[in-house]
Amino acid sequence: MEDTIVAISTNNIGIGAINIIRMSGKESLNILSEVFSNQKIKNCKSHTIHYGFIIDNNEKIDEVLVSILKAPKTYTKEDIVEINCHGGYAVTNKILELLISKGARLAQPGEFTKRAYLNGRINLLEAESIEDLLESQTENQSALAMNHLTGKTTKLISSLREKLVKLLSNIEVNIDYPEYQDELQITKNNIEPILTEIKKELEVIITESKNGELIKNGIKIAIIGKPNVGKSSLLNALLEREKAIVTNISGTTRDTVEANLIHKGILLNLIDTAGIRKTDDIIEQIGVKKSKQLMQEADIIILVLDNSQKINSEEQKLLNTIEQKNSIIFVNKIDLPPQLELNTKIPIIYGSAFQNKGIEQLKDQIITNFNLDNLNAKDLTYLSNTRQIALAKEALTNINNVIKANQQNIPIDMLTIELKIAWENLGKIIGEYYEEELVDNIFKRFCLGK
Amino acid sequence: MNYDIIVVGGGHAGIEASHISAFKGHKTLLITMNKKNIGDMPCNPSIGGTAKGVIVREIDALGGLMGKIADKSHFQIKMLNNSKGPAVRALRAQADKVVYPQNMIKALEETKNLTIKEGQVEDLIIENNQVKGIILDNGEKITSKAVILTTGTYLKANILIGSENTEGGPHGEKRSNHLSDNLKKYGLKIQRLKTGTPQRIKASSIDFSVMKAETGDNELWTFSNDEAASYDPNTQQKCYLLYTNEKTHKIILDNLEKSAMYGGYVTGIGPRYCPSIEDKLVRFKDKERHQLFLEPESLYYDEWYLQGFSTSMPRDIQEKMVHSLKGLEKAIISKYAYAIEYDAIDPLQISPTLESKIISNLFTAGQINGTSGYEEAGGQGIIAGINASLKLENQQPLILKRNDAYIGVLIDDLVTKGTKEPYRMLTSRAEYRLILRHDNADLRLREYAHRVGSITEQQYQNYLTKKNKIKECLEFLKNHKIPNSKEFHEQLIKKSLTIPNTNMTYYNFLKRPEITIKFLSQNFPNLFKKEILEEVEIMIKYEGYIKKTAKEVEKLVKLEAKQIPNDIDYQKIKNLASEARQKLEQIRPLTIAQAMRISGVNPSDISILSIYLKKEYSKNETK
Repeated sequence: MEDTIVAISTNNIGIGAINIIRMSGKESLNILSEVFSNQKIKNCKSHTIHYGFIIDNNEKIDEVLVSILKAPKTYTKEDIVEINCHGGYAVTNKILELLISKGARLAQPGEFTKRAYLNGRINLLEAESIEDLLESQTENQSALAMNHLTGKTTKLISSLREKLVKLLSNIEVNIDYPEYQDELQITKNNIEPILTEIKKELEVIITESKNGELIKNGIKIAIIGKPNVGKSSLLNALLEREKAIVTNISGTTRDTVEANLIHKGILLNLIDTAGIRKTDDIIEQIGVKKSKQLMQEADIIILVLDNSQKINSEEQKLLNTIEQKNSIIFVNKIDLPPQLELNTKIPIIYGSAFQNKGIEQLKDQIITNFNLDNLNAKDLTYLSNTRQIALAKEALTNINNVIKANQQNIPIDMLTIELKIAWENLGKIIGEYYEEELVDNIFKRFCLGK
Repeated sequence: MNYDIIVVGGGHAGIEASHISAFKGHKTLLITMNKKNIGDMPCNPSIGGTAKGVIVREIDALGGLMGKIADKSHFQIKMLNNSKGPAVRALRAQADKVVYPQNMIKALEETKNLTIKEGQVEDLIIENNQVKGIILDNGEKITSKAVILTTGTYLKANILIGSENTEGGPHGEKRSNHLSDNLKKYGLKIQRLKTGTPQRIKASSIDFSVMKAETGDNELWTFSNDEAASYDPNTQQKCYLLYTNEKTHKIILDNLEKSAMYGGYVTGIGPRYCPSIEDKLVRFKDKERHQLFLEPESLYYDEWYLQGFSTSMPRDIQEKMVHSLKGLEKAIISKYAYAIEYDAIDPLQISPTLESKIISNLFTAGQINGTSGYEEAGGQGIIAGINASLKLENQQPLILKRNDAYIGVLIDDLVTKGTKEPYRMLTSRAEYRLILRHDNADLRLREYAHRVGSITEQQYQNYLTKKNKIKECLEFLKNHKIPNSKEFHEQLIKKSLTIPNTNMTYYNFLKRPEITIKFLSQNFPNLFKKEILEEVEIMIKYEGYIKKTAKEVEKLVKLEAKQIPNDIDYQKIKNLASEARQKLEQIRPLTIAQAMRISGVNPSDISILSIYLKKEYSKNETK
């Protein structure tokens, strides 16, 4: 009960401009200081707000505002940290995962409120209503979770669990009935291919889930490039054809999603278009810095280059950076005499934003970059919520750890510890987990005894 | 006569219960139907095995007899699972079925405050829901402050061979006809369970030359935490491995309906983990052969135990089955395999102290609680004995948690989940098995034992010495660097190991998976015994895993600390799911942690329960 819990506390993640991640528990401040640009944050005064960055391995993930609320004057009467992040869905999730990797646990529905009551923060009357709330929440939650999982996904996870439990019960039988040498003996050598297979399947599920997220929430596209290469024209060309709605959310520091269009049934979100316009008009110096921020937030980056100009050093820097990421180069102004020389593995589309050339190809290329060409959105198999994806990723980490430990000759009884955790994590995704299952399996599969 | 504690039954549970009660200074009576059957091993001729071997170590750490007596009574012993890692190692001894009971009876006779009496108990003296003594079949009444029932398989026992069904317990002993009915009358739920035992074969009729021999270890081992080994590893007896074949399978499948099981003559529920051979064939059709073992029962008679061939077939079919086995073509069966059905109580009606929830001062242990196995019985026996004593002493009971001992796992499983088949301990039932090891049983339990007064001062000192030695050894390894000598490097090269950085301590060097303490200890002074070195090696090598487990344990301990008051009224708690309410009502868990382990009680129920408790608690505070 007293571990540190974390959750995204804004509804409809990714739709609003700002998402809030809330963390409660005695490790909150320590966990925060591990990922926050100001490591002395935990010594700051209570009930204060701080500006800074969330950092993972020296890489800035997001620009944030952090509220420090120290016990006992908080909602849960524990230390609370609230992170206001600006980066939209993908970035918010990334921060959440980062906090989990540093030791926080994903909160259960209603858990903050539950702690608030258990720690005496709210009164009896309120608690009565929370009891009702809790029950309805958990019921909704489980119904919801099940609805979100298509039959195919459940089958995939179940079959993975089946493989794991088969392996586990085989190991357990080897351990509990060592004299039965007729049964397959699981060893360092024959466990590896089994684990690798499980690992690969898990990776597929996770990748597909990410695609699922993309389909559900749209692909975030950043258009970058130096001034006057035609970013605005490209934006307009992309939007005009689809008669998309351009919204302006006033009063926010950064408007995350400004315009969107649908291509082949998939939502394409053009992010921070305001930024594009600004950099086109004004201050050169912001260019690269701004682009970097954009790249953090986006699922895919479109670098616009001018066909009639040679690449300058800034563009070369951008090229080098985006090679590691999901990206496309749009070579604009093909109606002008070519000067551009390109040597890159990044897919290139040639066209003219002004003349509406290459725009369709660019949109197709976006879809191709995510391997979404052949996907039928209706039959999509994916884990639909953050919790499920986090669990699948945890399971994958578990399996990778076991593979690594096995290679280091760690004995099999140690390996089972994390194998069981992997199996439990998968069970939590589909809401199936009970200890007896393993013992039942041992006796179902193996033939032993006096 | 008047006693403090009466123990009914002289099996492995009754022995530990009566011995520890008497050791703790209570005037104790052990009543059994036949004194010479005390400590009898009616089934397999072995003590220990995976998980079970650790239980024996735990019984010993708590001051029990099983380990010590097994050490003096075996003719083969080995460490199982050596290659599979430290968490699952366990000892198994082939105990002599003549010597073990003899040594055991001697030990009990030497126990102060303990009287042994022959007699058959058919009823209890009960006043105001509290037990006050026992009533024998001849009407004799014996009073006491507490009673511990360890009746094994004798309650309304029936022995089944084929369609033959005879009333009686193992060894042709009488069964107890009325005790279970009387318990039912007092409100205890009775269930019918089944177990079985395979054939015994005359050694002189076996051709061992066609079978594979299984030998004991050359290294010396003991179950006891206090005494050194006293046997010669070179004189150990062999066991033998053999297999069923096509012919055997045909005989069994052709006669399936003649077996008590498939002929429908059995009503009890048999254990999944020891199916009869006919069960194995039916359930695993495509298996070409099944493993069987021949194990000597004793050096003093020539019967061998045919492990794996348990059946409820009639005698003539058993003859054919046995003779179809390679090496047993001319075998003489001295005892036929049989199934036994017996009455047991529903363990959901006992509390984690092993006291009945229905009748106070009545404790139960062993097969009557639905378990199977000598070790499982012994483990409960010692806890029942300790808790009956502590109750008479007005002291807090001893409840071992799941992270303390296999015995804790066993009892918690029984009283929280109940059981529908005879319960056998498996390492896979223990979620923290990495810390419930063979080697650290004393480190885990001797403090408890000392607190409740179930061990001698000497036994406590032995533990303290070991603990100090471990500390010293760890210090030594942390403070000393590995030698930078030519010899040491040659040793490494010989084992094709890489030569490390010279600044490394023994401690850090040992963390490498390929380095063993045995190898390193050649280079440092002979200060520590093998047992200490091994303990320290496990602590260092698996530190990461142990810490991970400890973290999980920490969560459990916190939940175990959240107690649920005795008088809680589950009807008053709004919003509990009806299944959860019913289960909680029935089991009445002592802590939130125990409540969480009940099947059918979901996390949302736990939240609601926690909130309710908090609410009630604060109400009381403000009063």
